[in-house]
Order: sequence, then C-alpha cells, then structure tokens
Amino acid sequence: MKPSWRPVADIRQLRQRAQLLAAIRRFFAEREVLEVETPLLCRATGTDPNLDFFSSRFHSPPNPQTLFLQTSPEFAMKRLLAAGSGSIYQICKAFRNGEAGRFHNPEFTILEWYRVGFTLQQLMDEVAELLLGLLAPKLPHLSVRRIGYQQLFKRHTGLDALCFNRQAYREYAVDYPEADGMCGEDHALWLDFLFSHCVQNRMPEDTICLVHGYPAIQSSLARLNSDDTRVAERFEVFINGMELGNGFFELSDADEQEARFDREIARRRRQALPDVAKDRLFLAALRSGLPECSGVAIGLDRLLMIATGCEEIAEVLAFPVGNA
Amino acid sequence: MATYSTNEFKGGLKIMLDNDPCSIIENEFVKPGKGQAFNRVKIRNLKTGRVIERTFKSGDTVESADVVDVEMQYLYNDGEFWHFMVPDTYEQYQADKNAVADAVKWLKEQDICTMTLWNDSPLSVTPPNFVELTITETDPGLKGDTSGGGGKPATLESGAVVRVPLFVQIGEMIRVDTRTGEYVSRVKE
Repeated sequence: MKPSWRPVADIRQLRQRAQLLAAIRRFFAEREVLEVETPLLCRATGTDPNLDFFSSRFHSPPNPQTLFLQTSPEFAMKRLLAAGSGSIYQICKAFRNGEAGRFHNPEFTILEWYRVGFTLQQLMDEVAELLLGLLAPKLPHLSVRRIGYQQLFKRHTGLDALCFNRQAYREYAVDYPEADGMCGEDHALWLDFLFSHCVQNRMPEDTICLVHGYPAIQSSLARLNSDDTRVAERFEVFINGMELGNGFFELSDADEQEARFDREIARRRRQALPDVAKDRLFLAALRSGLPECSGVAIGLDRLLMIATGCEEIAEVLAFPVGNA
Repeated sequence: MATYSTNEFKGGLKIMLDNDPCSIIENEFVKPGKGQAFNRVKIRNLKTGRVIERTFKSGDTVESADVVDVEMQYLYNDGEFWHFMVPDTYEQYQADKNAVADAVKWLKEQDICTMTLWNDSPLSVTPPNFVELTITETDPGLKGDTSGGGGKPATLESGAVVRVPLFVQIGEMIRVDTRTGEYVSRVKE
C-alpha cells in the first residue's frame, strides 16, 4: 500500500496525547521534580545485545564521528544525577532499530524519571499513583497489584524461575515444540520466552501489575537485592498484559557496571553483533558518585493506547514508521 | 538456498518449516523492553493445509520455499493423474490426488486453474472462482416456479453437488462460485 500523507492517528488521539503530556508535567511540577533534556544524538550507546541501534555519521572534519540515536536517555540522565541535579524527569524520543509491530515503532516516546533517595517500593508507589491519575477517565475501576516475578511465574507455569531446570521447562512448553531447540541451555532466553508466551497474557485485567524482583540474570541496570542476590531490584509495570515500563533501584557501583558492560560486549562478539564501546563518560560519572536513587521509564505511546483503547501503536502516532 | 530473516516476515511469504513448504499468514513482533525479541508467526502448511503457530528468535533465518503460482489449463484425468498445461509454453504437469484434493469436484476440461508448484512439482490446485458446469442429475422441478425458495440438490458433470433453485433442470448449465460452493445463475447457451 502506498503511504498516505495523512496522519494515521485521528485528532482525538492527538488531543489526548497533548492532555497526557500536560498532566504528566503537572504531576512532576507538583512534586518538584525537574524536567530535563539530554541529547538524542550521542557519542556512545548501550551494550545490551538485545537492543539494536541506529547510527549516523557526524561530519566534523578532520575527524568524522559516529553518533548514535539513543535507545534510552538513561546514561545521560545519570550523569546529571551524579552532578547533583536532584530528582529529574524527561519526556523524549528513543530509537530502537528493527522494532516494528503492533506494540512497537522504531521511534517512540519515553517518560523517564529518577527519584533521589527513593527505594524501589517508593518508586512503584509513585508509578501507580501517576498511572491511576492518568488513566482514571478511561479506566475508573483500575486497581493496583504488586506481585513477585518468581511467584507470578510459578502461579502460571508451575516452574521455578530462579532455578533453571531445562527438562522441567521443556515439559511445560510441550505446546511450543520449537522452544527447546531455540532456548537450549540459555536460562534467560527461556524466561523471556515463557514469560512473554505463557505469563504476560494471563495477568489480571484492569489492573496495574507491578512485577518486582526479577531474576538476577535479567538485572540489566538494576542493583542486586542485598538479602537475596538471586534477584534484582527491578520491576516492570503491565496493564492488561501490555508491558509499559521498567524500573530499577539503580546500580551505582562503577566496577560492577563496567563488568556488566564487558559481559554484554563479549556476548555481542559471540553473536556477531555490531561492536560497541563502553560509555566512558557514564562510567566516569558513576565513579564520581551516583546518589542512591530509583528510576523508571514508561512507554508513553503504549500508555496512550490504553488511555484511548487503541489496539495498535500506529493508531496513536501521527506518522508511524510506515508513513513517517 | 535462499533464506529469509525474521524481519522480512510478512503475510504470503513462503518458507520451509519441518521440511514442508509453508505460507506465512500473520507475523507478530514480541519483545520485552529488556530481553530477547521473538516473532510469533501463524503459518499454513501448504501440503496439509493445517495452520500452526510457531515462534522464532528475531534475527534468525529460515530457508525460503520455492513455491510459485502458475495459471494452467486443465486437460484430462487418466485415472491416476490429472494433467495440466501452461498455455504459453505447452509445458505439461501431472498432479496426483493429494495435490488436486477438493479442487477435483470443480475441474472441467480446458478451464484455467491456478497451480501451486513447489520445486516445480504440483503442490495444490485452485479452481477458477467461477465455473460453468452442466447438471447431470436433479429432481424434476415444478414448472413455473421461479421463486427459488428452498432449492434442491443437483449433481454436476464434475461430480460436485450444489443447491440449486427448483426451476433448474437436468441438462442445464449453471454458474457456481467455487469458493463458497454456491449456485450463482443459469447460463444461457
């Protein structure tokens, strides 16, 4: 089909987006959280092998440079935190190459915020409060539920998420004959597969589900739990099975962060993915000291899908990638 | 052998799965914010017609299936095989019972059908959307009944049985929609 010049989202969705942005800014203004802007075009990018990035050439003779479109504003915002900004939030675009589908557009809008001195629990409370307020007009009966990852996983699959048992996982996934060959001995991959195919779609309806205590192998940029290092201080928020965001009690140990980068870079090499360099300025910021803080990123386009009852992300975008 | 990456997946793409040629019906991109991306795909097995769901790791590649649709004229049945010909090249193909399957009841000599070839061998046959066939058997209808209410079964020269209005008689030619198996009209010679 030939792309049309006309917007895909109709005027109601555009108005609702504007209202949503205004309500978010009010929410943070009341709490004296500072709105910030960080570059979309960055010298460095994340090392996560599951995130593919866009890169571009910056013509700056005599040394032309590669710049990346950010996949998330996390590193830059943490540099602000390390410099003493206090609690901050940002509404910006993020870019992820190869991601397009019903719930994905390669360019999307993120709301990311960091609360200095907040525990993960406090941040989960704030996420629930924000979402309840934003979605009340559309979903007045929305409730909030917190549940441990391990418990939720067990409830729907009967499996132990922390203790990998390939045979048990394979026997459970009998309806997915491809799973064992694809996931093999990769525990994290099994968890991604089983969670997205057998757990996510069975979450309670009309409920903000805050799933916390992710397995340590999926810790990303979260700190490990000091009492139980098998789990990370990470949560995800879901509504009606749709993943809306990820929150961490932020890792501030520069050495541990660098070790995670190195592991991811090594995995990239094994998988023959494009090489990336560690973000040295981010690591330097961590070394100078990141205040104790918790942070979360929410996909605003998906939030808008829920607020407007749209089934596809394209319906809430003026110009999705197909006719951008 | 040509391959496709999951990011080329779309409806209609022909791929090999478990050694059978398949056609993608629907492709859904599934990805957690942090974690592996998958393509959850609905696929029709072109040999059996069965629809299954399968998940691939995004970025994985699969072998393409050499499956093409070719317009061919149906020639005759020799008792075992059904013979078809490409009108432009006179190239002939013989399709077995499995390939012809349900299309058999609509086949009429000289009609143009769509033949699906896999590695240049007949995989399936799709009859034209509309065929014109003569009625070989039906109950005598009531003269003067043109309402068509109710109808009656009629056997056609190709063996298909369709419901026709009461006024339609043996020996008459009718037009049928092969996709629904429904009577459309009588055909004036």
